[in-house]
Amino acid sequence: MSKDHKNFVVEGKLADNERLKSQSDFLRGTIAEDLNDDLTGAFVGDNFQLIRFHGMYQQDDRDIRAERAKQKLEPLQNVMLRARLPGGIIATQQWLAIDKFAEEKSIYGSIRLTTRQTFQFHGVLKPNVKSMHQMLNQVGVDSIATAGDVNRNVLCTSNPVESEVHQEAYEWAKKISEHLLPKTRAYAEIWLDGEKSETTEVEPILGNNYLPRKFKTTVVIPPQNDVDVHANDLNFVAIAENGKLVGFNVLVGGGLAMTHGDTSTFPRKADDFGYISLEHTLAVAEAVVSTQRDWGNRVNRKNAKTKYTLERVGVENFKAEVETRSGISFAQSRPYEFTSRGDRIGWVEGVDGKHHLTLFIENGRILDYPGKTLKTGCAEIAKIHTGDFRLTANQNLIVAGVPVEQKTQIEKLAREHGLMADDVSLQRRDSMACVSLPTCPLAMAEAERYLPDAVTEIEGLLAKHGMQDESIIYRVTGCPNGCGRSMLAEVGLVGKGPGKYNFHLGGDRQGTRIPRMYRENIDEKEIMSELDNLIGRWSKERDANEAFGDFVIRAQVVKPVIDSAKDFYDDPSYSI
Amino acid sequence: MSSVINQATGLAAGLNENQWSQINQATASLNPQQLTWLSGYLAGMAQNGQSAVLSQPNSSSAKSLTILYGSQTGNAKSVAKEYKAKLDALNVPAKIVSMADYKHKQLKTESHVVVIVSTHGEGEAPDDAVALHSFLAGKKAPKLKDLNFAVLGLGDTSYEFFCQTAKDFDKRLQDLGATRITDRVDCDVDYDADVTAWFETITHQVKDELGAKSMQSVIPSLDLGASSVVASQYTKKSPYTATLLESLKITGRDSVKDIRHIEISLEDSGIQYRPGDALGVWYKNDASLVAELISEIGLQSDTLVGWSGDDYSFNDVLVNQLELTQSYPTFVSKYAIYAKNVELNALLDDKSVLREYLTKRQIIDVVRQFPAKITAQQFVDALRSMTPRLYSIASSQAEVEDEVHLTVALVEYEAHGHTHQGGASSFLSTRLDEGGEVNVFVESNDNFRLPDDGNTAVIMIGPGTGIAPFRAFMQQREAEESSGENWLFFGNPNYTQDFLYQTEWQRFVKDGVVNKVSLAFSRDQEQKIYVQHRMLEQGAELYQWLERGAHLYVCGDANHMAKDVQDALVQIVIEHGAKSEEQAEQYVSDLRRAKRYQKDVY
Repeated sequence: MSKDHKNFVVEGKLADNERLKSQSDFLRGTIAEDLNDDLTGAFVGDNFQLIRFHGMYQQDDRDIRAERAKQKLEPLQNVMLRARLPGGIIATQQWLAIDKFAEEKSIYGSIRLTTRQTFQFHGVLKPNVKSMHQMLNQVGVDSIATAGDVNRNVLCTSNPVESEVHQEAYEWAKKISEHLLPKTRAYAEIWLDGEKSETTEVEPILGNNYLPRKFKTTVVIPPQNDVDVHANDLNFVAIAENGKLVGFNVLVGGGLAMTHGDTSTFPRKADDFGYISLEHTLAVAEAVVSTQRDWGNRVNRKNAKTKYTLERVGVENFKAEVETRSGISFAQSRPYEFTSRGDRIGWVEGVDGKHHLTLFIENGRILDYPGKTLKTGCAEIAKIHTGDFRLTANQNLIVAGVPVEQKTQIEKLAREHGLMADDVSLQRRDSMACVSLPTCPLAMAEAERYLPDAVTEIEGLLAKHGMQDESIIYRVTGCPNGCGRSMLAEVGLVGKGPGKYNFHLGGDRQGTRIPRMYRENIDEKEIMSELDNLIGRWSKERDANEAFGDFVIRAQVVKPVIDSAKDFYDDPSYSI
Repeated sequence: MSSVINQATGLAAGLNENQWSQINQATASLNPQQLTWLSGYLAGMAQNGQSAVLSQPNSSSAKSLTILYGSQTGNAKSVAKEYKAKLDALNVPAKIVSMADYKHKQLKTESHVVVIVSTHGEGEAPDDAVALHSFLAGKKAPKLKDLNFAVLGLGDTSYEFFCQTAKDFDKRLQDLGATRITDRVDCDVDYDADVTAWFETITHQVKDELGAKSMQSVIPSLDLGASSVVASQYTKKSPYTATLLESLKITGRDSVKDIRHIEISLEDSGIQYRPGDALGVWYKNDASLVAELISEIGLQSDTLVGWSGDDYSFNDVLVNQLELTQSYPTFVSKYAIYAKNVELNALLDDKSVLREYLTKRQIIDVVRQFPAKITAQQFVDALRSMTPRLYSIASSQAEVEDEVHLTVALVEYEAHGHTHQGGASSFLSTRLDEGGEVNVFVESNDNFRLPDDGNTAVIMIGPGTGIAPFRAFMQQREAEESSGENWLFFGNPNYTQDFLYQTEWQRFVKDGVVNKVSLAFSRDQEQKIYVQHRMLEQGAELYQWLERGAHLYVCGDANHMAKDVQDALVQIVIEHGAKSEEQAEQYVSDLRRAKRYQKDVY
């Protein structure tokens, strides 16, 4: 760090998370001791936070928390595990192993595909946690650094069609993930009975105190923006020439999380730093991470993410520091365009002649339901499939690399088990929710459990106004932390309290405009009534092919968010 | 203050200090009623010009009757006390001693001994009878040809080894040359009538021989010096009508068990209990079960029947007075007369077959299977009276004051094509509303007591509802700020569903009241793990605790758990005490004799 940048470090009393990281002995804490304490199903004290760095969140069944308190039982403590799966690719034998574990050893019995392009187990009891990691390790999966103040699972556009570019981009996603991983042996020691580290450990990239806050990275292949670049701290936008990857435009400082009632927090789009050629990818990734490591706010966690660092030190200063640290100058950005974010549901043929089947998984929840045995179906496909599975950032599942002669067999299985249905509306495909209740400890309102019915209602409204062939990017997130990426939706709901949401309007279909809060703290009925009215206007007043989000801006229903740091909390109406 | 005044008064009246101190000593333990009586007695003596000395009337006769009791849950003890009171009233010289406190050698000098003893589990002697029971069976047992004896057994005919301990005493005393005053009587759970008849027979036989005192005035016995706990006026026969405060299911929603935490208000009853005591609960049978039973028999619910000298409707006597949810051979034998069924009669020919048949059957199952032409009166006469159920108390009054808490497993099972429920557990769990009335009494249990010394360590083994008294123990020790260490062994099927009072144990541990908790959840892994396995795993430390003087308590299932725990204990002593099996068994039995190994099993 050059001397004149000293003032970019925020001085003050460090947040408590900084203490616990520094006292954690490189993320070990006393997790191993907690594993032997059978008086509680919980990880206690600092360990509650530290297990996140190992890819787990402590949760409990919030539906029965009060009931159990009366029963003199502690909350139904369990962990959620989020795997590290760069680019979302998983082999079929890995799938079968996680399928078995979910069935036998998790309370909810499901495999949850997430917006981070990975899977989660929900409801694993403490006595099964260690064997879970060992099972994953046996099939070559881990959950290192999928949560906590580190670089998390690296996303990569699911684009099986342009298989060569995708293959290269995916390899970079893996390399970036590996390069930015914590170097501590804590994970192997605690979960895999690995040998105790004898040398003094250091974290050359993340730093011995790790990052100030979570850090998210993607590799995106335009024109798809399925990974939602503006929700991420660091994005590598793939630039290809003649079907070959040549370099990346680097976008820094996106992020959607905010805190209710705290206007110093806001969703923010990423800034374009410029173009780099491929061989500089890791150096630039490392420089962005280390700059954020040193300049990120460690005093106030609510302002600790990269997006706030950029606002505070200035984009140019941050970029210059990255150039200094990496020894690379950013070239002018290469042109690219995002046109959509959704997955292409159904079969597509890749340039290599292989076939790929994208299965729409509502809410990403893979579980056997009455008449819809999704989980069994996926396992049955995995047993015969010769390619791999790919999880998408839209929580869907791709059966990738199917030889033409196997198409019929796989489609038959998919249909038998309710994984393929011709009646899934566009609206349902364009809708998304985070996990929320009953397991997420941060949830303020329903999301996953509310979504299916809400979508049915919106389908009804679209039909009512003759717009059944259209759809609206509709996202629900149970709290303002942003997992459901509502802040990049045309209609985004953010949970405020039981049955109550902040209602945002005016994002676009490509995910390049942040929607503005239009109504605060309204209930489901009011939301539908607003939508009824607005869809009605949209059907009558829209320009040709005009999307809903663009319409509400043009019709001045709501003022667009242009520079969120300055205008996100402005009044939505034009009249003032 | 008052003793100072009394002393001044006493000395002024001319008593010397020695006399004064003797009087003080003699009267120290008397209650106000006894003192009042004594004042009258002394006044009477003064008037007759006798010296104010309490001499034993007719002390020339050395003969007296000794009532020896061996009691686990307190029934035998209360029967023994009742008999003592009767003998006192008739002025028959008698004393009452717990077998645990009785010097074995003294047996040679006795002229008349009455043994009142219960039997538990698979024919086992109650804890305080174990030592005397084995002494009589051993080589050191003396010849007892001058001894006259009688034995009263308390038991339950639904168990295979009914009144076995009483039978053992009866046979051994006879073998040692003693003379039977009257034949042994083995009482079933509704023992009142049999006990009363037996009392009369014995009393009739011994009254003259022992020379009932001529003094006609009824003088209450003065148990000078005995430490008497103020007994509650509420007893099994005259229970207190309490109200239910709360009945709360404390197993999780996915549990295979339904276990309730029951809170009962004793309000202003003045009832006192101690950790280790049990609460007797009088329940009402399920009205729908009774209705079904009446319809099965094909009778009317309002038919009048006589029971115990009173008239009741058939329905009411079945709901309130009679035992329906347990089955017993006496019912089958009486009922069979009217059923006239070959198969049923055949069952009666073989006791073990009958016992097997009665497993998991209630009265209604027998009636369903073997219809009979029977009148309401005949049916009622075939049944035995309801007995209260005893539950180990799960609270300490130091913590809950005028409440009493229980941990009740709802007995519910499918068998013979129908759902069956336990009488008392279903009454407490499902039929009694909050605020509803329930008749209760305290059954004191001196065989399950915390060590007198608060510094003594305690090991508690209480899987399932066996945890109840240990909650009481810990509440007590916490209130008394006892420094002794506490170690709990607990087990149940599933950790997330069945960890009874989990949050309370977590707090006890956090606050340093409980030092160690060892858990065994049998169904959380493929291989079943029970408390005895945890004991064996921790054997070295457990043995160290015992060597340091720890007391060990076991509460819960008598049939399997208590035996397995005992075996584990012996195993631990063999392994970690470097002892032979025989020595280890001696070690464990010494613990028992020293009251450092106490059981409350059922």
